[in-house]
Amino acid sequence: MAEAGAGWRIERVPAPSRTASILVPIASVLLALVAGAILIRVAGRNPAEVYRAMLAGSLGDRNGLAETLVKTTPLLLAGLGVAVAFRMQLWNIGAEGQLYFGAIFATWVALFLMPGAPGWVMVPAMAVAGLVGGAFWAFFPGALRAFLNVNETITSLLLNYVAILYAEYLVHGPWKDPQAFGFPGTKQFPDAAALPHWGTTRVHLGLVFGLVAAAVVWFLLRRTRWGYEISVMGENARAARYAGMPTKRTIVLVMMLSGALAGLAGMSEVAGIAHQLQRNFSPGYGYTAIIVAWLGRLHPVGITVVAFLLAALLVGGDQIQMTMSLPAAVAPMLQGIILFFVLGGEVLLRYRLVRTSPAPAASGEAA
Amino acid sequence: MQTASPPAAIEMREISKRFGPTVANDRVSFDARWGEVHALVGENGAGKSTLMSILAGLYRPDSGTLAVDGQPVRFRSPSDAIAHGIGMVYQHFMLVDTFTVAENVILGERGGRGLVETAGVERKLAEISQRYGLGVDPAARVWQLSVGEQQRVEIVRLLYLGARILVFDEPTAVLTPQESDALIRTLREMAAQGFAIVFISHKLDEVLAVADRVTVMRRGRTVGTTTPAESDRRALARLMVGRDLAALVEHPDEEPRADGDVGEVVLRLTGLCADGENGLQALAVDRLEVRAGRTLGVAGVAGNGQRELAETITGLRRATRGTVEILGRDATNRPAAEIAALGVAHVPEDRLATGLVGGMDLSANAILRDYRAAPIARGPFLVPRAVAEFTDRLIHEHRVAAPGRDAKARTLSGGNQQKLLIGRELAGSPRLIVAVHPTRGVDVGAIEAIHAQLRQQQARGAATLLISEDLDELVALADDIAVLFEGRVMGVVPARRADREQIGLMMAGVAADAPAERSAAHG
Repeated sequence: MAEAGAGWRIERVPAPSRTASILVPIASVLLALVAGAILIRVAGRNPAEVYRAMLAGSLGDRNGLAETLVKTTPLLLAGLGVAVAFRMQLWNIGAEGQLYFGAIFATWVALFLMPGAPGWVMVPAMAVAGLVGGAFWAFFPGALRAFLNVNETITSLLLNYVAILYAEYLVHGPWKDPQAFGFPGTKQFPDAAALPHWGTTRVHLGLVFGLVAAAVVWFLLRRTRWGYEISVMGENARAARYAGMPTKRTIVLVMMLSGALAGLAGMSEVAGIAHQLQRNFSPGYGYTAIIVAWLGRLHPVGITVVAFLLAALLVGGDQIQMTMSLPAAVAPMLQGIILFFVLGGEVLLRYRLVRTSPAPAASGEAA
Repeated sequence: MQTASPPAAIEMREISKRFGPTVANDRVSFDARWGEVHALVGENGAGKSTLMSILAGLYRPDSGTLAVDGQPVRFRSPSDAIAHGIGMVYQHFMLVDTFTVAENVILGERGGRGLVETAGVERKLAEISQRYGLGVDPAARVWQLSVGEQQRVEIVRLLYLGARILVFDEPTAVLTPQESDALIRTLREMAAQGFAIVFISHKLDEVLAVADRVTVMRRGRTVGTTTPAESDRRALARLMVGRDLAALVEHPDEEPRADGDVGEVVLRLTGLCADGENGLQALAVDRLEVRAGRTLGVAGVAGNGQRELAETITGLRRATRGTVEILGRDATNRPAAEIAALGVAHVPEDRLATGLVGGMDLSANAILRDYRAAPIARGPFLVPRAVAEFTDRLIHEHRVAAPGRDAKARTLSGGNQQKLLIGRELAGSPRLIVAVHPTRGVDVGAIEAIHAQLRQQQARGAATLLISEDLDELVALADDIAVLFEGRVMGVVPARRADREQIGLMMAGVAADAPAERSAAHG
């Protein structure tokens, strides 16, 4: 009757140690690189060379590093936005759409509201417009969740498509640059609307927005009454009600803050990089931001680090595509493998395999 | 002797289990025979739950052996334990709220046939329920049931799964005296039919009433096994805590206070109605008052409107009719924060689900009431030093055993969680205290501390509404006892002259006034 055989069992780890939570992600990345190496070898390339090229292309020189910082910017801003909502267990996966709406509002300010304004008026006005645009777009899933208990995961996701298609409509229709010969996009922003750059690189003021936002989010969560309320509501909604916290209002406001940060990411992309609103100007930053937020453990410092590392991965992937003429699919495949292992490592951090071996004294008579 | 006697139902030998640096069980041996009720007593953290979790297949011991009916066994999961006929009734029930009773039972069955045939299961459950007088409706949804009813669901479920060895983890903590008596009778009856029963409890009177043998644990070790005949509760208490406890000897028989000495009315409920979770009216209180310096106890079988009463007063549930007046002000359906600001403390029924944030540290839990105001907050900002000082003071003053203010609330024992919660609620010198089962599931040491605090508050002039299922507690602390039945107040009796029989009848829905007297008055 007694099943005394040895086997394996999955057990939840009560609280992962600090060492483990640092070592496991590192080990995951190393394992991913090994797995990726096998695939690169199968594709007939030298893995070491490919990795070296990725590293060199993303972090190895001034240009690569600058490109990595350029991509860090939207990931950091949108990642912070996602994390604020996730802290409260509001599953806002609409950062992409909120990012588009931030860009749309900012574009409207630059091209239509005050095209002649000087830079010191224009840039802050666009930043505010970006924040407001993102918040506006996040308001709807937030309000629906708060007052009608509509699942925000679905509404925020679906609104992404609306936002992306609305931007597409604008650049093909009313906001289309008549001199662009059919290339979909608005006309170029006035010079005053360009974010200041760092030297000759494309690194722009948006990165500063991101770092400031990380500090602000940290302070908000740790040092303010509101941040405390957000944490309590996220951890135990009943306790929050018991303590008399205004749950509904906070849901709406947190969603709007989340969207605002994503909107600022959208604004900094159009004002810092493209200098116009284009279709598909974001290669899915709002979605990658979800991964950034998770891997950064919803902590502003973690998110900053992870945003930088993921940006390096994106840039490195682009680099090998260009310099090593690898098939276009290799770069995203490597990114996929690394994410897969890191996320898998996260699971291993919270659960462990336990060997169930027969207890020495009891095994003898077991039928 | 061992060769002659039939094998024990369970025999645990030299069981050790550690969690990190904590030794939860240190070479513990424990056995239970067929046909007996074996009580396992000890303070919170003594290692009883760990030992029973090992028996239930939830934990594996680091060392030691386990035998069921003489056969050595090793459980790899709870289903292994159930397959050997071992069933656990936990304090926190393992039921899916949105499922019916029958569906919950099917969920626990191994190797289901894909399609589930609810009708057959329901019939069998009804049969079992009837045989042991458990009164369980197999078609009811679990979220509609009171705590006491859910416990009976667990018992029926285990019997359905074929359990022959039943482990009860503080089963009476959630029951009324009558229900407890009924449970004890059920347990005796089951033992007589050959079941082996393990009964974990803090309540020594009960243990002495129900058990054939009693094993006492302290700090991870067994300190002795005895029988009710050879022992009394004072001796057991001494074994449990290693010292004498004042509160355990007898409830203090203070002189009842002079009736002229009454404070102002702090809480007044008039025609107060509220709905339960199922949308049906669950509370209909005509009139209830609590005065300053007084404690009104509320007795009743679980699920007779106690939760609704506490929540409606504290602003967590909408009153559908009637009024709540606090200190002469209309507080009906005001936001919870506003009611708390009037000076109302609330010790909720379920501390980890409502009163504490398990995943956050002690300081976050300590400031849950006071985070809005100075000195903890300055404008919209929190002042870290003030938070730390406030927390440390709370931990110190209320003797909360904790590694530090950074520990997560979840990691504390039940008694220490409750001390922290009550300390926090009483920190602001409240005018009204609404306490629901304040000592449920906490060890005797903590019960003593909590009772002392409630008495202090009463002496200070706070009005207390004490909702409890422990009649002894109500008699010890309350001036008057109101009995709730189906959301209505059946009667209010002075606690010092409480007639348990009468209270029991009211709990069962029989009105307070003796019918004979009434007819005499009319005739």
